[in-house]
Amino acid sequence: MRFALLLLASAATYAETIFIQNATVYTVTKGTFKGSVLIEDGKIKQVGQNLAAPSGARIVDAAGMHLSPGIIDAHSHIAAGAGGINEGSVSVSSMVRIEDFVDPESVAIYRALAGGVTSANILHGSANAIGGQNRLIKMRWGKTGVEMLFDGGPPSIKFALGENPKRSGNPTPAPGGPTTVARYPATRMGVEDIYRQAFTEAKEYQKAWVDFKSGKSTVEPRRDLRLEPLVEIMEGKRLVHCHAYRGDEMLMMMRVAEEFGFRIATFQHVQEGYKIAKEMVEHGVGGSGFSDWWAYKMEVVDGIPYNMALMTSKGVMAAVNSDDAGLMRRLNTEAAKTMKYGGLTEDQALALITINPARHMKVDDRIGSIEVGKDADLVIWNKPPLSSYAVPQKVYIDGSLYFDRDTDVSSRIAKEARKKALEEKAKAQQIPPQPKKDSAPQGGPQSDEVR
Amino acid sequence: MKFANLLFLAAPIFAQEAFVLRNVTIHPVTAPEIAGGSISVANGKIVEYGAKVAAAKNVKVIDGKGLHVYPGMINCATLMGISEVTSVRESNDTNEIGEFVPQVRAVIAFNPDSEHVPVTRVNGITSVVTMPASLTEGRGAGGAAQSILRGQAAVVHMDGWNWEDMGINRNAGLLMRFPQIVTARVSAFEGATAAAIPFADAKKIYDAELKKVDNFFDAARRYQTAKLAKAADFKPNVQYEAMLPLLEGKAPLLVPAERERTIREVIAFAKKQKVKLILLDVQKPGKSIDLIKENNIPVVVGKPTNLPLDEDDPYDAAYSLPGQLYKAGIKFAFGTYDNQFARNLPFEAAFAVAYGLPYEAAMKALTIDAAEIFGVGNVTGSLDKGKSADFVVTDGDPLEVKTQVKMLFINGKNVALDNRQTRLYEKYNSRK
Repeated sequence: MRFALLLLASAATYAETIFIQNATVYTVTKGTFKGSVLIEDGKIKQVGQNLAAPSGARIVDAAGMHLSPGIIDAHSHIAAGAGGINEGSVSVSSMVRIEDFVDPESVAIYRALAGGVTSANILHGSANAIGGQNRLIKMRWGKTGVEMLFDGGPPSIKFALGENPKRSGNPTPAPGGPTTVARYPATRMGVEDIYRQAFTEAKEYQKAWVDFKSGKSTVEPRRDLRLEPLVEIMEGKRLVHCHAYRGDEMLMMMRVAEEFGFRIATFQHVQEGYKIAKEMVEHGVGGSGFSDWWAYKMEVVDGIPYNMALMTSKGVMAAVNSDDAGLMRRLNTEAAKTMKYGGLTEDQALALITINPARHMKVDDRIGSIEVGKDADLVIWNKPPLSSYAVPQKVYIDGSLYFDRDTDVSSRIAKEARKKALEEKAKAQQIPPQPKKDSAPQGGPQSDEVR
Repeated sequence: MKFANLLFLAAPIFAQEAFVLRNVTIHPVTAPEIAGGSISVANGKIVEYGAKVAAAKNVKVIDGKGLHVYPGMINCATLMGISEVTSVRESNDTNEIGEFVPQVRAVIAFNPDSEHVPVTRVNGITSVVTMPASLTEGRGAGGAAQSILRGQAAVVHMDGWNWEDMGINRNAGLLMRFPQIVTARVSAFEGATAAAIPFADAKKIYDAELKKVDNFFDAARRYQTAKLAKAADFKPNVQYEAMLPLLEGKAPLLVPAERERTIREVIAFAKKQKVKLILLDVQKPGKSIDLIKENNIPVVVGKPTNLPLDEDDPYDAAYSLPGQLYKAGIKFAFGTYDNQFARNLPFEAAFAVAYGLPYEAAMKALTIDAAEIFGVGNVTGSLDKGKSADFVVTDGDPLEVKTQVKMLFINGKNVALDNRQTRLYEKYNSRK
């Protein structure tokens, strides 16, 4: 039902046939060249060096400009409400879902859009070993929360290892804050145990349903919304994106997964991925993390900016993500750091924020590169996208223009006047000022706690 | 024997080898660029740079063909040397207890073997301002976050054996948290912590703090007068003694002031107290830009990559602020307000350039302007004769992320470009 509604809603936005010409086109998967892209019905219809504009198409002349696929942020907490991403009362909160509370009015969406981001995986926090069900969204600013949900790809779930899930067992209440009671786990040993307990339970639950469906048992099992997603994981229907920093804990996670017959899709943050690249390749897990974060806590002391390049050269599918509403707006220069540290090529660096995260989420048939048949999620930049000076000029999602720098800048005076008029009106009616959203400092409750 | 060893160890710092770097494009920042130039260094100081440089005989020659030379950059807001791992309390010496501790000094707590030093400098950052305060408060900061006069900042070279030879300006200013009306407190770690305070209560706290500040400054001034007058009952006091450089105009007051209201109050306060002022972390100055300019107050701008402070600010408010300050004729510099990303200083400046700041102005803000603002313009910040030989040799524009730093000189010493991170890289790169 939801799915049908979504298709209907999206269809209405497929505005027009657009022909972007004279751009330097970074396809990511099929090279970089001077050429054009034709957009029809929200999809990329043609890509090439010698295309002719069809009659009736809106011509966008991008001479001197650069065209890249929309950036995909594989790890974000924007649009998920202030402080609402950790269901911290239990260590296995697999039943909670991001899609139930996507906030389409979060200005972080627009700001990310203005940085060239067209899709983002919205994750739960890392307070729990099993945090909840993630949701990939498209940054369709101005649409409803439901209309922002990406209509494809397998569902996924957030796991978390290390210091953050341990924190529940080692509470440090803030001065004047509420007193917190310690709850299991308090160590990395306990974190492993949480998974083995949960999946042991899930296996029994799975068996109960198999027995019921095969007629072996006549009692219909009671539906368990906590265990259901775990069964989906074991059946390969739900991807696991696991927050992790240290090599040892990632090894543990892979072995536990193997014990229960499934694979981890990605390690998120993956700070020490470079130490266990070999084991990651064997398990088939991707690595999605920061470009150069380190030293903010003990488990990231060995975080190195060469991580992405090292993982890539050793065969791990790597991606750069943000985990931060501020950083999210400049993933292009974050990706460029892998050229500086470890010498990745331009294509490899761009892949880290486009096609690779799409592959991690198994949506690379739809987004992540400029190829015929894919969604027309595109960014026009004034400079090469990996340059420090690159500024997005236009951002398209499904062939619709969602960000235009010229329009943004030229509309500011009118917006300011409108704000003033509204303030006057509110003053006249004695309406108190509304609390502001998204004005928390970086690293505030919107973020993934302490990452 | 022991003594001889000591002398030997000290040799590289006190007696720098003379050398000439040839065949480089020199970007002096304070003068037009010179292609195919040379730069001559002796005793850790710059002797000369130019298209033609006369070098003494038998001086070492380094060929820098195809490379570019820029003055070393200065990060004007860090916790360098006094904070190692943000969340680990024991590794932080940033926050002392006490509302007024002007006497505590960042420079003496500077750990020369902090891993942040070699990690940061390899991006061409040859000096930093280190400040005795958790500028982005974390759970590991400890001490008293509510301290008002927090202690003395220092300008520090990013190479040396200890804080005595690294400190360029040991008292670069007194850091102050200016009282503000705060009704809600948000912690990066616990979300909204203490319950919101009603406005009337917050105002009371603010008024009380302002009163305390005035009282403390008055007392310090009475101390100054008594000392000058050699009053019979004069008793030395470490706290007030530390206020003298400020009261005598020898050291500035450093005050973070994000918004217009705070900026106006801080400027009025500095004028009333007749002290020099440097504004830090300016983010949304609004119309106070004119006031900053009128009073010629230097600014360490908030990070261009910060999110805009308010929901309805233009999305590029922080990116474009340095350009606005430049247009208004305000002297400013850049800082990262942390250690973790201190190495990204040039990329912060690049964002300002992408959104309107002229490139040359950005380079000045990173080098000579920063040095002058913090009282070390005669020591570092440009390639002028007699200055410390602090420069970076790159394969291109240092503001471009992909540019590689090829050589780094601090005090004329060719500083190794390795660090914990490069060593981990090499170790695990060799794993088969």
